[in-house]
Amino acid sequence: MEPLLEIRDLKKTFKIKNFFGSTTEVQALKGISLSIAKGESLGIVGESGCGKSTLANLIIRLDEPTEGSIILDGQDISHIKEKALRKLRSRIQIVFQDPYSSLSPRMTVEEILTEPMCVEGVKTTKQMRDKAVELLELVGMRSSNLSRYPHEFSGGQRQRLSIARALTTEPDILLLDEPTSALDVSVQAQVLNILTSLQKQMNLTYLFISHNLAVVKYISNRTAVMYRGKVMEIGPSKNILMSPAHPYTKKLLEAVPIVGKPFHQPDTEDGSVNDGDIVDGCSYYYRCPFAEKRCLEQQPEFLAKEASHLVACWKG
Amino acid sequence: MENILSIKNLSVSLSGKRGIVPILHNISLEVEQGHILGIVGESGSGKSMTAFAINQLLPGGRKSIVDGSISFCGEDLTEKTEKEMTKFRGKEIAMIFQEPMTCLNPVFTIGRQMKDVIMTHQKKSSKEAEKQAEEMLEKVHIRNPNRVLSCYPYELSGGMRQRVMIAIALSCSPKLLIADEPTTALDVTIQAQIIFLIKEACKATGTGVIFISHDLGVVSQLCDTIAVMYSGQIVEVGRAADVLAHPQHPYTKALLASVPSFTPREDGNDTLSAIPGMVPDPLEVITGCRFAPRCSYAMDICHKKVPPLQIFADGYSLHCHLQKEVEN
Repeated sequence: MEPLLEIRDLKKTFKIKNFFGSTTEVQALKGISLSIAKGESLGIVGESGCGKSTLANLIIRLDEPTEGSIILDGQDISHIKEKALRKLRSRIQIVFQDPYSSLSPRMTVEEILTEPMCVEGVKTTKQMRDKAVELLELVGMRSSNLSRYPHEFSGGQRQRLSIARALTTEPDILLLDEPTSALDVSVQAQVLNILTSLQKQMNLTYLFISHNLAVVKYISNRTAVMYRGKVMEIGPSKNILMSPAHPYTKKLLEAVPIVGKPFHQPDTEDGSVNDGDIVDGCSYYYRCPFAEKRCLEQQPEFLAKEASHLVACWKG
Repeated sequence: MENILSIKNLSVSLSGKRGIVPILHNISLEVEQGHILGIVGESGSGKSMTAFAINQLLPGGRKSIVDGSISFCGEDLTEKTEKEMTKFRGKEIAMIFQEPMTCLNPVFTIGRQMKDVIMTHQKKSSKEAEKQAEEMLEKVHIRNPNRVLSCYPYELSGGMRQRVMIAIALSCSPKLLIADEPTTALDVTIQAQIIFLIKEACKATGTGVIFISHDLGVVSQLCDTIAVMYSGQIVEVGRAADVLAHPQHPYTKALLASVPSFTPREDGNDTLSAIPGMVPDPLEVITGCRFAPRCSYAMDICHKKVPPLQIFADGYSLHCHLQKEVEN
């Protein structure tokens, strides 16, 4: 199947200027290649700082990639500007992690939901209002909420509003950047269920970012595990969970707290070791319990464990 | 084992713009030495308010406590004056909060902040205090304590800051440690480390711990006893293994079902079971059980009569009209 969105060897380097004017470079993404088919949902898992959110920001073009290309429906969107960019944004929308800071406190629900439609143009007030009501119903909220302000809602309701807002422009792709990390587990379940049913109804394509593998499983068909700007393992979510091949994926799985699962004692490493950038080898080298000399000298290539299950590890 | 803390029939009401708001209804809890009590419930169920009540940090002070007693090592904390309480806070009763960034002062170094706490509560010179600070950081497995001591909070990652918070909390060897959602803002891998540190500290020093969380998954990995709270009430208390393996209260069952797991469910249905609706506003007048409007087992009586407290062996108790299922 032709992929809807394709990412080829995407790189992003941030230049950080310090107080005295000298710059240091931080490589947030070190060559990521992914593809997502229409109607599919791809989960991206990894710890803070692995480049998950940078990836989302590049896809929605809040930032420009340093190298590589992002291809949507055959069109390279990695360096497009202004008008074309505005058009693109109606096709790709994003839901952020913190529902308390991503909704304007000075706008009513109606204003929040209709603003993207105004930007898109050509619609009467009545049409926009009807659409807003329809969207609210889609995320399980009553139309009487239209005149209320964000502070009147709970975290879960706000996150549902964010989802409704993202859907106003009828996008093809929805980027979900840790949409449930700030929510209670009981509310998280509500939001995850809404997301799955919306996907079925509207044939949406999801890119779901999270640090919890158990959550990703509920949303995505395929999962990619990222570490320090690199994809370590990618494959069907079921395979990743049931037979993880990369040592990092295994470690992430062990850390997820599940009722009835005995506590697995973590390594007490505080993360302050100088595991500076590894140029040639595997970026997981310093934390990997199975690391050997080859891992430091040579970047592991993707090995196919099964047809669609790829692992970037010499031992995979 | 000796009880460090025992809360009996505690009720708390806050007075604000909206009048008098009942926050906690008739709460009883006990923490044993070297044991970890988990308090679980959704936002708004009164978990943090219970923690504040123990520390006498409720907005409105002592007046907020309407009824009941909080006995800490034989002393009733509800009768202490503000001045007397400062001897307990930070020394006998330490607390760790959810947001490690907002709890540390951004304009002082970690070392300065740790020394402050140590010198306030113990008769130590600046040098001795610094030495102790260093030891405490080592105890929470910080690899390079000297460097961290001279760091400002912004220079540390979330997990490191939470380690520092634990080190500060434990620096005066408290008898009771209250951890209020200490891992909610952290990655799963760091969360596992923090859980381990708290467990280790508790077993090593005999400190009693109250661990507050909304995630039964987290609590199941750490706690000896679990108390499930809903809308200002404790609905179920028992040994962790009992509560998790044979939950009796419909709310506990619903919470357990909403935790995502790896293994597919037996019936093949892969949707998560969410709890419909929200925790009621504390001002909302509910006759009968406060969970009844959201409960899938609710009977007529649940809407009319407050459920009785059923007490069983092994410290197990249940607030529900449903009878405890007899185990085979």
